[in-house]
Amino acid sequence: MPTTAPAFSDATASDSALRRFLHGLPGVDAVGLEARAASLGTRSIKTTAKAYAIDLAISMIDLTTLEGADTPGKVRALAAKAVNPDPTDRTTPRTAAVCVYPDMAATAVAALAGSGVKVASVATAFPAGRAALDVKLADVRDAVAAGSDEIDMVIDRGAFLSGRYLKVYEEILAVKAECARADGPDARLKVIFETGELSTYDNIRRASWLGMLAGADFIKTSTGKVGTNATPANTLLMLEAVRDFRAQTGVQIGVKPAGGIRTSKDAIKFLVLVNETAGEDWLDNHWFRFGASSLLNDLLMQRQKLSTGRYSGPDYVTVD
Amino acid sequence: MASAFEYAPAPESRAVVDIAPSYGLFIDGEFAEAADGKVFKTVSPSTEEVLSEVAQAGAADVDRAVKAARRAFEKWSALPGSERAKYLFRIARIIQERSRELAVLETLDNGKPIRETRDADLPLVAAHFFYYAGWADKLDHAGYGPNPAPLGVAGQVIPWNFPLLMLAWKIAPALATGNTVVLKPAETTPLSALFFADICRQAGLPKGVVNILPGYGDAGAALVEHEDVNKVAFTGSTAVGKAIARQVAGTDKKVTLELGGKGANIVFDDAPIDQAVEGIVTGIFFNQGQVCCAGSRLLVQESVQDELLDALKRRLTTLRLGDPLDKNTDIGAINSAEQLARITALTETGEAEGAERWSAPCELPSAGYWFAPTLFTNVTQAHTIARDEIFGPVLSVLSFRTPDEAVAKANNSQYGLSAGIWTEKGSRILAVANKLRAGVVWANTFNKFDPTSPFGGYKESGFGREGGRHGLEAYLDVR
Amino acid sequence: MSDNRLSVFKTYKLYVGGKFPRSESGRVYEVTDSKGKWLANAPQSSRKDARDAVVAARKAFGGWSGATAYNRGQVLYRVAEMLEGRKDQFVREVADAEGLSKSKAAAVVDAAIDRWVWYAGWTDKIGQVVGGANPVAGPFFNLSTPEPTGVVAVLAPQESSFLGLVSVIAPVIATGNTAVVIASADSPLPALSLGEVLATSDLPGGVVNVLSGRTAEIATPLASHQDVNAIDLTGADTGLAKELEIAAADNLKRVLRPQPVDGAADWTADPGTHRLTAFLETKTVWHPTGALGVSGSSY
Repeated sequence: MPTTAPAFSDATASDSALRRFLHGLPGVDAVGLEARAASLGTRSIKTTAKAYAIDLAISMIDLTTLEGADTPGKVRALAAKAVNPDPTDRTTPRTAAVCVYPDMAATAVAALAGSGVKVASVATAFPAGRAALDVKLADVRDAVAAGSDEIDMVIDRGAFLSGRYLKVYEEILAVKAECARADGPDARLKVIFETGELSTYDNIRRASWLGMLAGADFIKTSTGKVGTNATPANTLLMLEAVRDFRAQTGVQIGVKPAGGIRTSKDAIKFLVLVNETAGEDWLDNHWFRFGASSLLNDLLMQRQKLSTGRYSGPDYVTVD
Repeated sequence: MASAFEYAPAPESRAVVDIAPSYGLFIDGEFAEAADGKVFKTVSPSTEEVLSEVAQAGAADVDRAVKAARRAFEKWSALPGSERAKYLFRIARIIQERSRELAVLETLDNGKPIRETRDADLPLVAAHFFYYAGWADKLDHAGYGPNPAPLGVAGQVIPWNFPLLMLAWKIAPALATGNTVVLKPAETTPLSALFFADICRQAGLPKGVVNILPGYGDAGAALVEHEDVNKVAFTGSTAVGKAIARQVAGTDKKVTLELGGKGANIVFDDAPIDQAVEGIVTGIFFNQGQVCCAGSRLLVQESVQDELLDALKRRLTTLRLGDPLDKNTDIGAINSAEQLARITALTETGEAEGAERWSAPCELPSAGYWFAPTLFTNVTQAHTIARDEIFGPVLSVLSFRTPDEAVAKANNSQYGLSAGIWTEKGSRILAVANKLRAGVVWANTFNKFDPTSPFGGYKESGFGREGGRHGLEAYLDVR
Repeated sequence: MSDNRLSVFKTYKLYVGGKFPRSESGRVYEVTDSKGKWLANAPQSSRKDARDAVVAARKAFGGWSGATAYNRGQVLYRVAEMLEGRKDQFVREVADAEGLSKSKAAAVVDAAIDRWVWYAGWTDKIGQVVGGANPVAGPFFNLSTPEPTGVVAVLAPQESSFLGLVSVIAPVIATGNTAVVIASADSPLPALSLGEVLATSDLPGGVVNVLSGRTAEIATPLASHQDVNAIDLTGADTGLAKELEIAAADNLKRVLRPQPVDGAADWTADPGTHRLTAFLETKTVWHPTGALGVSGSSY
């Protein structure tokens, strides 16, 4: 059974204790936060640094398909792309994972067997999370049973926004328990806050700490299904949270911005945020991921540009 | 490469700016040699490379320039405001068009990072001209009575820390109100003012309305003293400011002075800590701390001192010091050997007086003038480094226990230019701001500038305001 | 170019939401010069065009009013720059519309360009002139700032087809309002051409919407429209102005009445600030500065 980091065991003792703890976190000044994120966005990443960043970014992608129209064929195609992103250049790194709905997890697991590419499965009635707890837990159980390496759960934003933090906390604990495997490594748990619905930066900081206290392996911005998804500012804020959490507990937690990151330029800006906020310990796909789909092709085109000196075009990367 | 994300060099192209081997004085619309033929060299502080040789103004040149400005004054002041406005709008637009060139030039001559000249100095310069352009035909609405009159010839002496921005702060309101100008840039940073002279020509500005006299302190003194100068505007050290105040005593000259500071940046225990850290960094390391309104004294509430200092030191280790033309450089060169010596001497005093020194670990280039970002802890009000303006990347950290104590310490200074307040509690911001004897108070931010916002000091930080509607008064006859 | 070349006529269209639609009604009307010679057909807008224009103006309001005053100033100045480059066209259209000589028309166009510059300078100054801190008797910070009122319906003057037009549009948008403008009924061509200039001046679509047609037909639904916040009646005659003002009372629109008939409008005069302030709300914010405690400490 996962437990709260000992340093903060008091914080989760009761609903009121948890509320006091979360509301006692330092405030976030929105203007200052966004200015810092924008300022880091002006870093100029060139030549060798760019090559490094592009390969790192490719290796951090959770290549995602989360559509009602998904089929095993679509998932297999995506898996093939994850393993071999650029058929013309076998030195291209593989993506970190393929991210699918639970009913597609078995297909993905089969397609990716032995590749080292993980299977991540969204669960807990993704993306809205509006279902009874036992339904959500069954969803997670299915995904874990199908062999998912990672579970991307959504928090109950309604409960969070109405101040029922302990409910959110306990739900994460329950999901985390379902991620355990007796016969192998536990599935790593990514906790999605849907930052666009939490609305304020103070809420995002609180949600980050709530998720970390509950045993999240990753904290993740968003589902990609609402208007505002990952932004430099909300990701910067979450990177500060994992940095501070490790400083206080020794426990390192990953960060996954998801949704809306489509260009290499964007991805590199996020890597700069990681580098200059959490630090180089997070510059690894065990600790940082991009939830994205179209980003991969842009990275591949940029990669081709660096190796050939010509700008590439969409006809020279594969459609997935 | 290993796992570390090393940024490759990303230098801004020097090719966008074409620096001539020599420059003259700009008098009456023409470039000319100094009357006595003197010249001086201007160097790039990051490499000590000589950038150009510049004519050095003396008293005779000052006289010639003031006479040109006087001749131009009659027509210039009689122009309809809407026409003066259009000249200033033209200047603003040409600055916008040439901003990358000017940013690179400024970085070369001053040593500050291109990130700052590109993202702060130049946009503010253009905005300042744009803002005061709009006032030129609206002076009746400015609250100084109907048809407020200009003063005449303005003698303006500016420093090296923001060469073009200080020029804009001086020239834009002076021209908008119908004055003509003789401006002396600092001897270590004359180039952007000379490029500005070229912009005046491109804009078709009538001859003599703007005159630029590169030179040393003697030229500045001659300008201040000149009997046909009606207005003196100075930005620089408090010592020179006091000398000017003595010089103009007994004359009709109107004076504004923007002088030194020892700004207190006050962090309360309920501050947004991550943003406060950024604000402290901006406050003291922006432009290598060579900023009169720098937040050079950090006053931190004792209950968060350790946490804040840990975060601050961690942040300072990420600052990138080096080639100012590299787009990723955060900390550039100190402007001159002389300034570096002053910073070095004051920090040695700090250590000698028992304060604890910590410098960010960074390698300093072998050529040029450099100083690592530094902070001193265990500083008290009695320490020299808590009282004297260092004008460099050196932060003195003091602590306080209560708001009253914070205010008392913040105000315990001969200066009164700027202050910062960091707290999430609005009423505390306003209550503390009320009590601070400082001309600019930033709350949950620092070193923010805008042409609409008046800037200037209390006490020995000078008098008069630049910027905003208030900035017009300095150039209008409102006696 | 040979003298007998057949010229290409221009189809004048409305300017709504940053696009150039024809009237949804499909109607046009003949526009003639001052001597009655046919110049072009102009769209004859309907009440539905007015409705569409209000939707566009409302949609644009958030972005435009939220833009910095500096940015709005830059955009208005850009309008002046673009007009300067298309001066010849406007001189021709104004000369035709108002029966002026080329030189008189040129002076009118020059004045109109300078008027954009005048208002470009106001965007970031009006707040300092009409707003400010209020020294209330108590431990409060108290600040009044002007804010734009919203969507403004503007009846452009009937006689001064360009200088008058610019003089009523620029102050409305300078402060962050968005506008639905009814061009001079008989001389709408300069207004419709102005739309083309605005579309290429970094002005977001929908900030200014230009409708041509019969003034009363378009103005009546605008005056009663519940999502219009203010109306400038400059282009209405006395009878229409009264009707519209009554209709405007339904949602208490801010009304700028036409100037008195005997004081014939002199559009070349110093415009002052009244057209800016007519469409501004004043917002006053109170905030405690810290209560005086028992110890006398005010923190």
